[in-house]
Amino acid sequence: MLTAILVAAGLALAFGLLLGIAAQWFHVEGNPLAEKIDAILPQTQCGQCGFPGCKPYAQAIATGQADINQCPPGGETTIKNLADLLGVEAKPLNADNGKIKAVPLVAVIDEAVCIGCTKCIQACPVDAILGAAKQMHTVIAAECTGCELCVAPCPVDCIDMVPVDLGIEGFRFPEPQWLAARLADQPAENLASEPEATHG
Amino acid sequence: MAKMSPSHARSPQIARFAFHGGIHPPEHKDLTRDRPIKSLPIMPHYVLPLHMHIGAPARAIVQVGQWVAKGQVLAQATDFISASIHAPTSGVIIAITEHPIPHPGGLAAAALILEADGEDRAGEPLPPWPDFTTKSATELRGRLREAGIVGLGGAVFPTAAKLATGGTSSVHTLVLNGAECEPYITCDDRLMRERPEDILHGAAIVLHMMGANRCLIGIEDNKPEAIATLLTASAQDTRFETIAVPTRYPAGGEKQLLKVLTNVEVPRGRRATEYGLLCLNVATVAAIYRAVVLGEPMTERIVTVTGEGIVQPENFRVPLGTKISDVIAAAGGYTAGADRLIMGGPMMGFALHDDEVPVVKATNCLLALRPQDRPTTPAPQPCIRCSLCAEACPADLLPQQLYWYARAKQFDRAVEYHLFDCIECGVCSAVCPSHLPLVDFYRFAKTEVWAQERDHSKASLARERFEFRNERLERIKAEREAALNKKRQNLAVNTAVAPSVATGMDTATMVPSAPASDEAFGEYRPEPKALGTQRPGDVGTEPVILDSAVEAACVRAKARRAALDAERAQQESKLAPESKSDLP
Repeated sequence: MLTAILVAAGLALAFGLLLGIAAQWFHVEGNPLAEKIDAILPQTQCGQCGFPGCKPYAQAIATGQADINQCPPGGETTIKNLADLLGVEAKPLNADNGKIKAVPLVAVIDEAVCIGCTKCIQACPVDAILGAAKQMHTVIAAECTGCELCVAPCPVDCIDMVPVDLGIEGFRFPEPQWLAARLADQPAENLASEPEATHG
Repeated sequence: MAKMSPSHARSPQIARFAFHGGIHPPEHKDLTRDRPIKSLPIMPHYVLPLHMHIGAPARAIVQVGQWVAKGQVLAQATDFISASIHAPTSGVIIAITEHPIPHPGGLAAAALILEADGEDRAGEPLPPWPDFTTKSATELRGRLREAGIVGLGGAVFPTAAKLATGGTSSVHTLVLNGAECEPYITCDDRLMRERPEDILHGAAIVLHMMGANRCLIGIEDNKPEAIATLLTASAQDTRFETIAVPTRYPAGGEKQLLKVLTNVEVPRGRRATEYGLLCLNVATVAAIYRAVVLGEPMTERIVTVTGEGIVQPENFRVPLGTKISDVIAAAGGYTAGADRLIMGGPMMGFALHDDEVPVVKATNCLLALRPQDRPTTPAPQPCIRCSLCAEACPADLLPQQLYWYARAKQFDRAVEYHLFDCIECGVCSAVCPSHLPLVDFYRFAKTEVWAQERDHSKASLARERFEFRNERLERIKAEREAALNKKRQNLAVNTAVAPSVATGMDTATMVPSAPASDEAFGEYRPEPKALGTQRPGDVGTEPVILDSAVEAACVRAKARRAALDAERAQQESKLAPESKSDLP
């Protein structure tokens, strides 16, 4: 009887110790869920979601303080990916936060008008604007996320958002439209009765 | 270097192995196979895109208005994987601008425009190295880089970089690719028949560079004259073996040819050089010969101009940068009804949007077709999972699976099924009983994956910079706080010292009193710094401008904007004065 109690107690102690060490050893810094969410977000750092950047928004989603449909730059893809990650239903984008942009944008400073006030530099969340006080500023296009946060602070309204031109490197083959060709070829009643055979 | 071998067989060896899949499409090579290579007259203009090879674009080193000699370097390689560009003839650079290039999307890219002076005057040539055996592999690689040599089989990969990956002694066999498996194309066939010495000399240079002693020349058996020519030309040299490859598309694919000739299957993600093999196109080694022995940079290539849409199909030696419309005109122009112009062959080529684009290093064939010459493509039907495509795929992929994933835009799954091992040979589309444009789906999926990767790396960069900025702001805040605290403490010391001196106390034993009050801090005047003077408000590292200065600048800028707007309005009213005057 005593042996059994001692053995059980010993085992409990040993495993307790083991778990305690494991907790120390494999300690995870930060919130891994927030990091996973952050990896899905587009990193525009625009603040349209109401949080000061993508990481704060990710943390807010992870702690349940924010909904998954607050990110206009991410659009439907981001909402779908977040829904998949968190095991919730996807929902339409919160229209209060802004619209989904059709094309990616980049900020361009009209350098003839810029007065060198550094206000846009301070507003840029990713340090993509180069310049100094009373010196002309310019945007490092490769690092601009198109967040538009620099547009409002500019006292002389010299920042424009223009579509990103990737040139030949950014060429994408169009999606083959064979189904559309078939739609044109076939009478409508045939298509209506066609089973969803194309989903693999 | 030649070793006599009387027992050397005069009949070609036959390849003993085969690659998986493949097809035998109609060859159509009779149109040009007996047309000797002709030269073109000097054209008025040449367009030389800065990016006509795999890798980084070349950087222009000439200026607009500058006269250049034939063979002069116009743009220099900028990276390890990059290639220089040389003047195809003498003349003046009249522009460096965006110009349409041969591209499936019909896009434009930076190009040099050369106006020929008609004299075709050569500049100072690269020193000819007739005795290349005295040169080291590094020197020879440097020469290939200088001469802008790229693979002419279609991939246009810089040859200097390709030979560098082989290391010094690991490559034991050089494989020359003379398969030319695509229908219609005969430029390599003509080269092998007309200039076998160039090819063998070039191959000898590569053998010397790699320290290899065996060279297999693989030629499809539908080119018996080329096989016979090379067999005769190489009869004296035992290092060369000419091997007839059964005609089966795509036997000219690098991995497919290596399998057929050596039975080595190069696995995914590995290079042939890791298996002691190096594969080069016959035209590439001929260009290597000309660059090393004659000192000629790559300024021309052989182009097959063919198809039923061309009046007189020909093989031309075309200076790079010649406009395709000029080349077509030299071949008698288009026949009536020709409605499609393809760069490359019918299997792997792409349709050009118009013919005002230049011939580039990748242009092996210009194919013009009439509607009646193309196989009719009935409307696509749904995939029935017959797996004929998988049986025919020379890369051993599962094309139908790739198709499903590409269609459903599950690109990560397509990548798992080795989308990027697809060589886009078009065999799957050709055998598909449902006539699905399968290759179009793979091309679409590949560029989508690249776009996703671009977005992803951009997002990572933005995340990094955002976090760095936040860290920096925190640090600045903490530093300011610390500076303020220090000043408060100093102030406390000073205010405490003053009375202590008056009362004659020993300052050394003095202990600072409680932190100074805000009132005391408000009276504090910072000492001037050693370098420069400090303005009020210049506390941290962030630049701060006086509000009044900003306001003044804003007023100035507003006035400027207003002036600009007024000017624009004036111009608009000038453009449309009538519509303005109609207003009541």
